[in-house]
Amino acid sequence: MQRTRVLIGALVAFGYLSTPSLAQIKIGVAEALTGNAAQYGVPIRKGFELALNEINGRGGINGQKIELIVEDEQGKKEEAINVFKKLIFQDKVLMLFGPTLSNSAQASDPVAQGAKVVVFGTSNTADGITSIGNYVFRNSVTEADILPVTLKVAVQKTGLKKVAVLYGNDDIFTKSGYDNFKKALETLKIPVTTTESFAKGDVDFKPQLTKIKSSNADAIVMSALVAEGAPAMVQARQLGIALPFIGGNGMNSPKVFDLAKDNSDNLWVGSPWSSENPAVENKRFIAAYQKAQNALPDQFAAQAYDAMYVVAQALKQVKITGKLQADRTALRNALPAVQITGATGPFKFRQVSDKDGKPAGYDAVQTAIVMMTKGNQYVIQK
Amino acid sequence: MLAQQLVNAISLGGVYALFALGFTLIFGVLNVVNLAHGAIFMLGAYTALQAVVLFKFPLVLALGAAIVVTGVAGWLLDRLIFAPLRARQAPHLAPMIATIGLAISLNSTIQGIFGAENLRFPVHGLAAEGLQFGGVQITWLEIQIILLALVLMAVLLWWLKHTRMGCALRALAESRKAAALLGIDVEGLFRMTSVIAALLGGVAGVLIALYTNAVFPQMGQPMLHKGIAVVILGGMGDIRGALLGGFFLGCAEVFSVAYVGSTMRDAVAFGLLFAILLLRPDGLFGKAAPRRA
Repeated sequence: MQRTRVLIGALVAFGYLSTPSLAQIKIGVAEALTGNAAQYGVPIRKGFELALNEINGRGGINGQKIELIVEDEQGKKEEAINVFKKLIFQDKVLMLFGPTLSNSAQASDPVAQGAKVVVFGTSNTADGITSIGNYVFRNSVTEADILPVTLKVAVQKTGLKKVAVLYGNDDIFTKSGYDNFKKALETLKIPVTTTESFAKGDVDFKPQLTKIKSSNADAIVMSALVAEGAPAMVQARQLGIALPFIGGNGMNSPKVFDLAKDNSDNLWVGSPWSSENPAVENKRFIAAYQKAQNALPDQFAAQAYDAMYVVAQALKQVKITGKLQADRTALRNALPAVQITGATGPFKFRQVSDKDGKPAGYDAVQTAIVMMTKGNQYVIQK
Repeated sequence: MLAQQLVNAISLGGVYALFALGFTLIFGVLNVVNLAHGAIFMLGAYTALQAVVLFKFPLVLALGAAIVVTGVAGWLLDRLIFAPLRARQAPHLAPMIATIGLAISLNSTIQGIFGAENLRFPVHGLAAEGLQFGGVQITWLEIQIILLALVLMAVLLWWLKHTRMGCALRALAESRKAAALLGIDVEGLFRMTSVIAALLGGVAGVLIALYTNAVFPQMGQPMLHKGIAVVILGGMGDIRGALLGGFFLGCAEVFSVAYVGSTMRDAVAFGLLFAILLLRPDGLFGKAAPRRA
């Protein structure tokens, strides 16, 4: 008996047998582990693995262990499609996590939808990803959901009446952030004194800031990445502009404290996750991550960690029959009802519709945590 | 607002002028459009940054380190690229293409070592503190950049006019053959010009990195585009032109943001530049048969 087991193990290890006979639940992970997007993909993988070890350590799901098959999609569309096909048709995974970038998700998620396999994104925030179809899920909160909350809290706390807007107009991410800010400002009926733009790679923001200064705004709403946003903050302070900055996810990075050192105070950002959030689930996550990785987690690790628990919750409701397509569909049907409280707080799904108004995939319903920078750290604003 | 925008314009103009000085010098004497000037500018900034971060140099010493490193880079640039091409009497485009290659290699090397993200000098006070009068703010650093651009221009002009070496350089700019016949060490002068132009680029890199708070591998690219515009506007190879062109472009950009709109910043600035070149095809200081340097 013992010997047979070793033999099977060896055969599995060398790829002679396919694994389903061992009654494991196979989940594919397609993330950018090399290339520019690896700065997000690597922590995402670590978040999955941390949750996986915890779940398997407690005996798995209904007695079955989860196995991850990890592939590198390099942050490229073409590679994401290749990896998706390999995981779905060759490895015959039950479901997929990934890919890292929204750009890739637009290209590869239709492959999963076509094969009727759940694809679960933990870092795709662009509009329109989940409208691809009803097998597409994500727990990453979109900018469209976060920015209005950030604005609302900033209005409450600072009593601002009118704002000036500054944004990067030649980058998809900062431009769509601007569109979402604009929508939110209209909803909140906050007048805009002046709208100024800059281009990627710009280093001089003083003309725009001088104009903003003379427009008598109460705050500066800024859709920028840290590379341009931080120098803009420094130059604003040099011009004697002490106004609060209200930023999007692009400004939600500890790099602000480095690049805008001594001038980083009074920046307002919203995020689904904060290292400062004192909730029990979050503290447990941070401690476990630090123990396993010897490094502090970021938002991407936190969202991946939670996503694994969301899937685990759904899997508990699914009776795995061994018939692949039936199991894949059963998992898809169990997912929408999942509600958990994880490192990123209370979470549930919300169904979105596609272009024709028909019900499609699922976005996250989650409260953003609004933070303000003070003395080189983020302080949560309630 | 007008007064502050004027200050912004003059500071930005000083930045452009400082960058353009070395660029125009090398064109005036070597007759080469040095497209690696932006990369050398970047090299200066990274050298000073490393000197401050790694070796805890004070800023003045870090500037010295940047001058040494970019000076050596300028020497190598002439020794390894310009001189062999001169010796082979390569056509005009060859050194230009070669400098594109050098710029790409330098950018990639720096990106490989330090990564693509923005870095910043951990020095405070200098860039932040300044003067305030009647609601107008100007930092000491901006004043230094403007003054340095003026002083360097004055020194270069004086040196070209009143020293033997400057005389030789002007002769060289006029005609390489005639200068060689007069017994001028042509090769030596070429090399020295390349060194001086490069270290001027290095100094500009350090000051502008301090001014903009941003050190990144591609930092020289936008500056190079603006620098080319400035130098063409001022008259290729003319030192006073570099300064005037710099201030002109600075004003055009700032006032197009102030009165037209920030999305039109470069469109207005470069549109004006085009209009001026239509009226004066050789630039502000250019002459029909240009006497360079």
